[in-house]
Amino acid sequence: MNDKIYITGLGVISAIGTNVAESLLSLENLKSGIGTLENVRSRHQDNVPVGEVKFTNEQLTAMAGLTPDKQSTRTGLLGLLAAQEAVKSSGITNIKEFKTGIISATSVGGMGMTENLWLDYLDPEKSGDWLKHIEAHECGDSTEFIADVLGVKDFLSTISTACSSSANSIMLGARLIKHGILDRVIVGGTDSMARFTINGFMTLMILDKEQCKPFDANRQGLNLGEGAGFIVIESEKAAAGKEILAELSGYGNSNDAYHQTASSPDGAGAYLAMEKAFKVSGLKPSDIDYINAHGTGTAINDMSEGTAIDRLFNKNVPCISSTKAYTGHTLGACAAIEAVFSILAIQNNEIFPNLNFKTQMEELSFKPTTTLEKNKKIDHVLSNSFGFGGNTSALIFSRHKTI
Amino acid sequence: MEAYINGIGIISPQKTFGTSDFLSEVVEHNSKYLACIEPSYKEFLNPTLARRMARIIKMSIAASTICFKDARVEMPDAIMTGTALGCLEDTEKFLWAIIHNDEQFLTPTSFIQSTHNTVSAQIALQLKCMNYNFTYVHKGFSFESAVLDALMTLAEGEAKNILIGGHDEMTDKYYRVCDRIGYWKAEENVPTMELVNSKTNGSIAGEGAAFFILSKDKSETSYAKLRGIKTIYKPENNQEIEMKITELLASNGLTANDIDVVVYGNNGDVRFDKTYNHLQNNLLKNSTSTYFKHLCGEYQTAGSFAMWIAAKIIKTQTIPSAILIGENKSKQIKNALIYNTFLDIDHSVYLLSQY
Repeated sequence: MNDKIYITGLGVISAIGTNVAESLLSLENLKSGIGTLENVRSRHQDNVPVGEVKFTNEQLTAMAGLTPDKQSTRTGLLGLLAAQEAVKSSGITNIKEFKTGIISATSVGGMGMTENLWLDYLDPEKSGDWLKHIEAHECGDSTEFIADVLGVKDFLSTISTACSSSANSIMLGARLIKHGILDRVIVGGTDSMARFTINGFMTLMILDKEQCKPFDANRQGLNLGEGAGFIVIESEKAAAGKEILAELSGYGNSNDAYHQTASSPDGAGAYLAMEKAFKVSGLKPSDIDYINAHGTGTAINDMSEGTAIDRLFNKNVPCISSTKAYTGHTLGACAAIEAVFSILAIQNNEIFPNLNFKTQMEELSFKPTTTLEKNKKIDHVLSNSFGFGGNTSALIFSRHKTI
Repeated sequence: MEAYINGIGIISPQKTFGTSDFLSEVVEHNSKYLACIEPSYKEFLNPTLARRMARIIKMSIAASTICFKDARVEMPDAIMTGTALGCLEDTEKFLWAIIHNDEQFLTPTSFIQSTHNTVSAQIALQLKCMNYNFTYVHKGFSFESAVLDALMTLAEGEAKNILIGGHDEMTDKYYRVCDRIGYWKAEENVPTMELVNSKTNGSIAGEGAAFFILSKDKSETSYAKLRGIKTIYKPENNQEIEMKITELLASNGLTANDIDVVVYGNNGDVRFDKTYNHLQNNLLKNSTSTYFKHLCGEYQTAGSFAMWIAAKIIKTQTIPSAILIGENKSKQIKNALIYNTFLDIDHSVYLLSQY
């Protein structure tokens, strides 16, 4: 079995930037991307702040270097931009040089397109080539779109475990390399804003009407976001001679088995996922320099996650922040976007603050980092992602040490 | 990487549960699409819970319960499901409500149950199973990804029994939309046994929920050994397909001549027959050919129905006449392949053997 999983490329697009450099600048300058919904028609436009990528689909298509006839969903386009950046930054020029796969993740796939066309699809009076777009509803469609543009053919898969989806695509990719099935995998996730999700979260009454306040005693809920993150992971063989940005040292997946949408108060599933990630990495909690928390800003998540962290770290919690107040909660993409942020923390030796925090939760021993912490030596980062259906995942990223 | 198939629970358009019969009688559906024959859910779910659940969730919970019983396993070490469309009925219900109520007066139930991971989550919730839990949603690779993950997980050493499943449901609306882009036959009520001879475009739509216990060790409930799976994305030509099949066989010390039976995904759509015909006449010409989609219909996770067929053939050492293409050339059935494609984009091949 291959042991090491090397990260050689990063790509990200979200409300705080269309690439890694722009995102880093926003993170360092405490610049949130949460604002008014513009690209999706919704009656909730004015009372639901979101983290939106401020480009139209036509603009995204052009940014990806595609001609306008090459159509995809917004989910596909966002994913492609992040995946293209990851492949480019990894220095891959010949995609066929090694056994290469792509694993993406998404929560609603092509829903952003389906919800606009659904009535027309069902109307026998209307017809045209656009009827074909129903195929883009399937979650796997965006993955195949990205794979086709990049020329990836050896392995494709797509995962949907709600808001933990892209942590699981990173985990699956690592395991495929360890088993020798693939040499390198482009892993991540993508999700675009949709009325479906906005209204869904509204019915659950967990959307903050202002900017979200993760881990604050007075938090009111989450802000939805959209975007994509991809990283390139490689075996030792494929990464030979390349710049290693970081290593994926641990991963864990578990199920809270408590409730379809709510996390257990003690975060039992979250605890198990983190514990498994530590076991895979061989690290101890005291080795962790920074936790990029799931921290959505909902009453239940932050309580559940915080309690599990307090228990696992025996109340000696290292620097911790949620970056959801920058990007919004990007659902199936969030774990991959935050994987990029976690690796940036290692590369730049800094901790990105938890915005909008004022009052500590009395149930927890810790408060999040609220200012940009520079010149901190960051060797190991724990990144959590939890979703509906009790799906809980944790990843550990580590500095690559040359011997 | 290998696993024993130690239990199966399958709800399909055929009589596949509550009986040990193996397709001796074929159920004809005089309807637009092949809908599942459903059990009474009373023995699987409490009625209050069942009332709130969509059909696909109930079918999947029932199928997984049958599977656990069949394998005599109570708690799986991991749950992995594959579904291309997730919980379509709830998705449509919530979407319809958004459109018709102009984003007002909505209730969360159908939204909550619309997420693709609802089934694996509900199974975990019912069992209080906190173990590894994954949902794969990649079109014609959804179930196949779950199979591969289970094989890797067993090889990693800690898990003994894993629940995997493939589930997709058909709805009237989704049927209609896909009909408009040529997925289904224009002719109505093609007789089941005539589907593959129709020589026209389009298939017949179907659905199903099939669950399996894949185990590290064989047991008295074992059906067959699953020895590998390969997915092939947009193969460029038949050589590429034959090469991938040969690779899978070689990694198990086999050649095409060792394959006694092949279960093909012929779906009656003349556009997709070419791959199956090629394999039947070339690499796999010495094997007995069978097919299955006339019984369960076409859907993205139909590979799970095929895995039931292959496992049953090996366990019972019989090939029902309803699935036979041509003559039965096999005396003893040691090795079986499944070859399937969804829309000629996602291709997959599975290898099963007698244990």
